[in-house]
Amino acid sequence: MEIVRSQRRTPAAADVALTLPLYRSAPELQIRLEDFELFAVDRLRVLKGISDGLSRGKKPDEVETLVRDLWKSNMSQPQASEVINKDIISHFVLRLVYCRTEELRKWFLSMETTLFRYRFRLKSSEVQRALMAEFDLPYKAVSNAEFENVKEKLGQVADSIGPKKKSMPNADTIFYKVPFEEVPELVAGRRVFLLKGYAYVAMNQVSSLVVTRFRSHLSKALVLTNRKWTSTIREREADRLTPIVESLSTSYLGPDYSQPREFAEISLKDIDQVAKSSFPLCMRHLFEKLREDHHLKHGGRMQFGLFLKGVGLKLDDALAFWKAEFSRKIGAERFDKEYAYGIRHNYGKEGKRTDYTPYSCQKIISSTPGVGDHHGCPFRHFSEENLRAALGKMGVGNRPMEDVMDKVRNRHYQLACTLTFEAVHGSSCDAGINHPNQYFIDSQKILQKVIPFIIFQDPWSNFPHGDYGKIGQMLTMSSSSIYFDMDLTLCRIIPHCRGAVRQGKGVFSEMTSRVLVIFAVAMLDPTCVQAGRL
Amino acid sequence: MTGEEAGNGRDDMLIDGCEPEPPQENAVPDGFNADYLKVYYGKLFPHDDMFRWMSYGNDGKHPGCDQSYFGRREFSFTLDNDIYLRFQSFNSASDMEKSINEKCPFKIDIGPVYNVDPAKRHAYAQAGDNGFTPVERELVFDVDITDYDDVRYCCSGADVCLDCWPLMTVAIKVIDSGLRDDFGFNHILWVYSGRRGVHCWVCDGKARRLNNEQRAAIADYFRVYKGNENSQKKVTLTGHALHPFLARSYSEVLQKFFEGKLLCSQKLFSHEERFEKILEMIPDETATSELRGKWQESRRTSISKEDINIARWGTLKKTLHLRSKKVLGLGRCVEEIVFSYAYPRLDMEVSKHMNHLLKAPFCIHPKTGRVCVPIDPDCCEEFDPTTVPTLAKLLGELNMGVMRSDGNDEWDKTSLGKSVRYFRSYFLQPLLKSCKLEPLWCSNETAYNVLVLFSCALHSSIEEMDGVKGPAFCVFDTLMVGQERWD
Repeated sequence: MEIVRSQRRTPAAADVALTLPLYRSAPELQIRLEDFELFAVDRLRVLKGISDGLSRGKKPDEVETLVRDLWKSNMSQPQASEVINKDIISHFVLRLVYCRTEELRKWFLSMETTLFRYRFRLKSSEVQRALMAEFDLPYKAVSNAEFENVKEKLGQVADSIGPKKKSMPNADTIFYKVPFEEVPELVAGRRVFLLKGYAYVAMNQVSSLVVTRFRSHLSKALVLTNRKWTSTIREREADRLTPIVESLSTSYLGPDYSQPREFAEISLKDIDQVAKSSFPLCMRHLFEKLREDHHLKHGGRMQFGLFLKGVGLKLDDALAFWKAEFSRKIGAERFDKEYAYGIRHNYGKEGKRTDYTPYSCQKIISSTPGVGDHHGCPFRHFSEENLRAALGKMGVGNRPMEDVMDKVRNRHYQLACTLTFEAVHGSSCDAGINHPNQYFIDSQKILQKVIPFIIFQDPWSNFPHGDYGKIGQMLTMSSSSIYFDMDLTLCRIIPHCRGAVRQGKGVFSEMTSRVLVIFAVAMLDPTCVQAGRL
Repeated sequence: MTGEEAGNGRDDMLIDGCEPEPPQENAVPDGFNADYLKVYYGKLFPHDDMFRWMSYGNDGKHPGCDQSYFGRREFSFTLDNDIYLRFQSFNSASDMEKSINEKCPFKIDIGPVYNVDPAKRHAYAQAGDNGFTPVERELVFDVDITDYDDVRYCCSGADVCLDCWPLMTVAIKVIDSGLRDDFGFNHILWVYSGRRGVHCWVCDGKARRLNNEQRAAIADYFRVYKGNENSQKKVTLTGHALHPFLARSYSEVLQKFFEGKLLCSQKLFSHEERFEKILEMIPDETATSELRGKWQESRRTSISKEDINIARWGTLKKTLHLRSKKVLGLGRCVEEIVFSYAYPRLDMEVSKHMNHLLKAPFCIHPKTGRVCVPIDPDCCEEFDPTTVPTLAKLLGELNMGVMRSDGNDEWDKTSLGKSVRYFRSYFLQPLLKSCKLEPLWCSNETAYNVLVLFSCALHSSIEEMDGVKGPAFCVFDTLMVGQERWD
């Protein structure tokens, strides 16, 4: 099928392909193994950057700038011909990487499509038209007579989406009449006029058409690639490409948290305590509502249930947990009949028997909670008032609260959550929050990092024994960032403090962590250091 | 259920102290149980019509029929004791009828058509991700009156009365007109869900083959109400004009309904608590405090004969109109209020995914005993959920009918007759007719255009060719590149 197309390709279109390839066929190139991986990693950086930008709710023009910058900084090559090769090679390598599961395909498809859309938008209109020709889009411009019939409606649509002044369409504006299925995103945003199954697409919206084609082509290609991968490539390349491919997908997307790791297993009796200390706001909220109403609607059950699974709640405990709440409202019998199935389903024990993965921030942020729903991302879906109240309840102080609200206003929901994490734990979170289960794990890591507090270690052996009690007092008074056992045998240190220590005294860079604890104690009370007591 | 339990039912009534009514001739006591249901499935449920619907013309004798089509459809049964049987499939009408009669499901759900027989799905599941996957499904919508609980004061939860039911009528009108006029769909079936809402089945070939993204796009096109439990403003309308679809919905349905009916039936302005809810939606302190002042005053000195709700709504509109000249962002406020109260609230998830199950028409709702009958969108105002036939009523009618005459269609003698006749003549027949028009070798509407194109070419009719050129070329493309274009 590729041959049929390339024969019909006009010279102009071939030139265009040089700047924005449509990735219709795999390149016949020899490539070095390290380039194979390097190129892929560079492209992944671009896609990951886009993914982050989208989950922060960036506006289209912001994404456009983002895409341009990402592309420039990651995909540039000294030679023009190498640029296009790198583009094509990296795309096809990532196809292999991301063809292997539904979840991976979905992510890749969505990111590559976004990348393509913005690269397309950045092209001149000649190039755009040539690309349309390349796709063989069969649409004809709406004739003048037809335009007159719908002119008023087209004006109404333009007014509903844009600023009033320049938007009135006139006979010079080119409109294409296309089946609505071809422009789902324009339909979803009510950005086109629809009449009897056809959408009237303005010239400046045409990227949507091309993108839909691109997307459906890639979607099918990914399925085919997957088939090839499972049937032949994986075996054949077991020693060469397979390890690279398999590691690439996890290195950037991060773990899927479907299997609880490090702090595996929580038990029912711990849930309340753990929820208080380590659940992100979205899950706390669901947990509270469940306790309050003894019910959650489907979206909430999915979001919270899968999170709990990722946290390490075993199926039996999960059933007991949900039952305990639900049965208070609807009775145990109805719970067994109507809801137990869904919980077993989440654990892969019913229906398709897929082991479902907990929702990521991106998925939660883009969800659309409706009437009676409590799921979603509080930073996005709560009103300001409700959000402030919820944050206050979590113990976020005034100043950090304003920082959080500032991020929310700029639609940086994950950053807002990260700041909340930092405020609650008194510790930095450099990686940022991308997944509720990551929030949980990071939180647990901090809370469980129990370090023996041995005061007799040098170089502070001169720290007078008699002051133990004082240190204890100091700690409990001064900050939430250090949890201190009054018997002075255990102390929990937080990375944030470690950083402070390093800044304060470079000399101690080689200190073991337990010594750092002691120093952190001193840092909490600077007068102590100044006085030269340490 | 056994006779023993039926007996218990009667005992209860005696305990309650109400003497059972002297039984009318052949009357059947109210209720819902497996015995009743067996009779219903055996004598009244329109098995044949359901089969013909779900076959979409693939049950004929012509060689082009896809004989496997009906057999790849998932049905799902919920049995008496809440046992849930998914992935049921049937090879023929009699196969389906037999199974329904035997298992006597309390609820029948209809799922998608898969690429292979759902009963054999395990054999294909190993073949990778696409071994067992849905390929066709009606575009469906679900509107539930419980989602309107914050704007109706007459009932809450699953209860419905004639004061709040019109919200459903409005939903039907708005969505139905959008589906027909904007999306160009023709074969649309609206069904009473048996208790608290309505379902909609869009059955055009084009609708059945939409992918999930396209379904989501349509659902989003209809989505205006974006409230969740933790946000305040539920509807936000921006821009200098309303999109033509919203403008039409507003001027043709919502405004009239809100002002002519909802205002008074729900007494939206009669109590402080209620009008405060509306004032909350106005982002202008001056206007709200002015209105609040007036209304608290007038409560004491109410002399006007005009309905208080209508009067206050009038005042609100006037005030906002004046203020909107001074304050930005007030221009759309009146519309936003109307949309918040009256615009349909869809259960989005149901529409977005191909593999969502939806209860079949003509099921009986176990709680109400009412039949899930079709609703004619052209006279949906006349639909009254409180008079929908119940299982017991139908069985009573059946008993009478048996004595009167005999015929093939038992339902014709009952009050179900009207519904089945509507289903047949307004929905099923036009649908099957359109299925016949679809070419047999490739059931896709664009393919039909190819035939037209061929015949046009034969007759050298260039003008006619122009009309179909676009989509038809798509199909040429498809033919040339094999299956590439198919999802």
